[in-house]
Amino acid sequence: MSNLKYDVIVVGAGPAGLAAATVLAKAGVKVVVVERGQFAGSKNVMGGVFYSDCMKGIIDDFPGKAPVERHIIDQRVWLLDKDSFVGFNHKNELFNKKPYNCHTVFRAKFDSWFAKQAADAGALIITRTLAKEAIIENNKIVGIKTGRPDGDIKADCVIIADGVNSLLAKSLGFRKEIKRESVALAVKEVIGLDEKIINERFNVKSGEGVTIEVTGNFFNGEAMAFIYTNKKSISLGVGMVVEDLVKNKINPNDLMESFKAHPSVVPLIDGGETKEYLAHLIPEGGYKDMPKLVGNGVMIAGDAAMMVDAIHREGSNLAVTSGKLAAETYLEAAKTGDFSEKSLSLYEKKKLKESFVIKDLKKYKGVPSLLQHNKRLLQQYPKLINNAAYEILNVNGISKNDKEKLLWKNMKSQIGVSNLIKDLFKLWRNVG
Amino acid sequence: MRLEDKLYLDGYKIDEIGGSHLVIKDMSVCLNCELQQCLYICPSGVYDFDAERGEIEVNYDACLECGTCRIACQYSNIDWRYPRGGFGVSYKFG
Repeated sequence: MSNLKYDVIVVGAGPAGLAAATVLAKAGVKVVVVERGQFAGSKNVMGGVFYSDCMKGIIDDFPGKAPVERHIIDQRVWLLDKDSFVGFNHKNELFNKKPYNCHTVFRAKFDSWFAKQAADAGALIITRTLAKEAIIENNKIVGIKTGRPDGDIKADCVIIADGVNSLLAKSLGFRKEIKRESVALAVKEVIGLDEKIINERFNVKSGEGVTIEVTGNFFNGEAMAFIYTNKKSISLGVGMVVEDLVKNKINPNDLMESFKAHPSVVPLIDGGETKEYLAHLIPEGGYKDMPKLVGNGVMIAGDAAMMVDAIHREGSNLAVTSGKLAAETYLEAAKTGDFSEKSLSLYEKKKLKESFVIKDLKKYKGVPSLLQHNKRLLQQYPKLINNAAYEILNVNGISKNDKEKLLWKNMKSQIGVSNLIKDLFKLWRNVG
Repeated sequence: MRLEDKLYLDGYKIDEIGGSHLVIKDMSVCLNCELQQCLYICPSGVYDFDAERGEIEVNYDACLECGTCRIACQYSNIDWRYPRGGFGVSYKFG
């Protein structure tokens, strides 16, 4: 591979990198994608919801033949307590109209398909190859050293899209080590079930899907969890901020088993057979924890840039969009042949800033620390709401007035009126 | 379901030649570590205390490459790298 010269090197065959590569290849740019896995997607994990809109301008008529599982028509939220949940959901026939808003996907299959689209457009995808470090000449990134013998590859520009751990971004000094508060570990199981059983249990037809987002107080900490329907399986995951795992001394697999044993979860997965067990970090620090995004000859996109909107479970669409915008920035810069930090800053200062990516990340920039520092929100309130629902619905001879008094008393003793007002205000400020 | 049985389901290519991509920098730091987060925080149980040898054992062939151990270790005592290209976990579903 020595003396190979490309226009652009993309590090990482995930949604950010493959979006960049597809856009560049379609524009006639000589682009190579370097991926360390056995195939594109083999290392890649997410809960499973992929939003379609971001593919506009990258793949015509998406999803077309893309390997998607079910399009989501019913979205549920559970506030969980030990033996119960209070939930709400939104099911809408509008979500049954094409183009579908979002689908569940398996990333190993999806990214593999996406890589094929990039390759068909003219990108070279090199798998089983680790991008070890950047080659820097005259204070400019001019390529990468790979783990292969004579494996240096040179290019005018490098797009770093190597995912949440981004050792490259770290080695370049674009960011420090990720903080424990800024990242959640999610473990997931793919549980095989008959298609008909899934349809019946979730009240949908074949092809239609359901997502359940779960939050609340279980396993002595505040965990997030999800249950997503695929064609013939369920993706079930549970996650917790690393700081909370450490503090509460929680083993992630124990957390998973405790969620699977919850009385509201058991009937949904009953009779299922686990097909795969996965673990991955989710960069939840948001806007405040984003690294430096641009340098001389380099741009960073996707999870490597901490672009996840955790409260809306959006990440892959931010990755695709940022990858596309990095590619567009390259195309602009190529007109003058200037790939300096100043020239490429168009990516951050204009393209990203004007897109929903930065607008959304900025809007919710206070949420990660709000949730991290205010344990009431995800622990005490779900418990209180579950208790209230039970008291109201359980008929036991006590008058409704007395019940309301009791509930208010519980609220006052467990949370306090001033805290309630403060919490509501903070929620409104940060989320509203 | 036991963790061992779950890990058995995952595709994996072990790097026999390159060896472990996870290296404990200084074992004496671990032995004096009061919390030893690595022993409980790893989703695939890579880190194990070997009482006979009095050391923490690194079962790198179970690593799912999530990076949690590196971030959780209070002494930053884990030299965490990716496996060589083509090695390590290989998901079917993802």
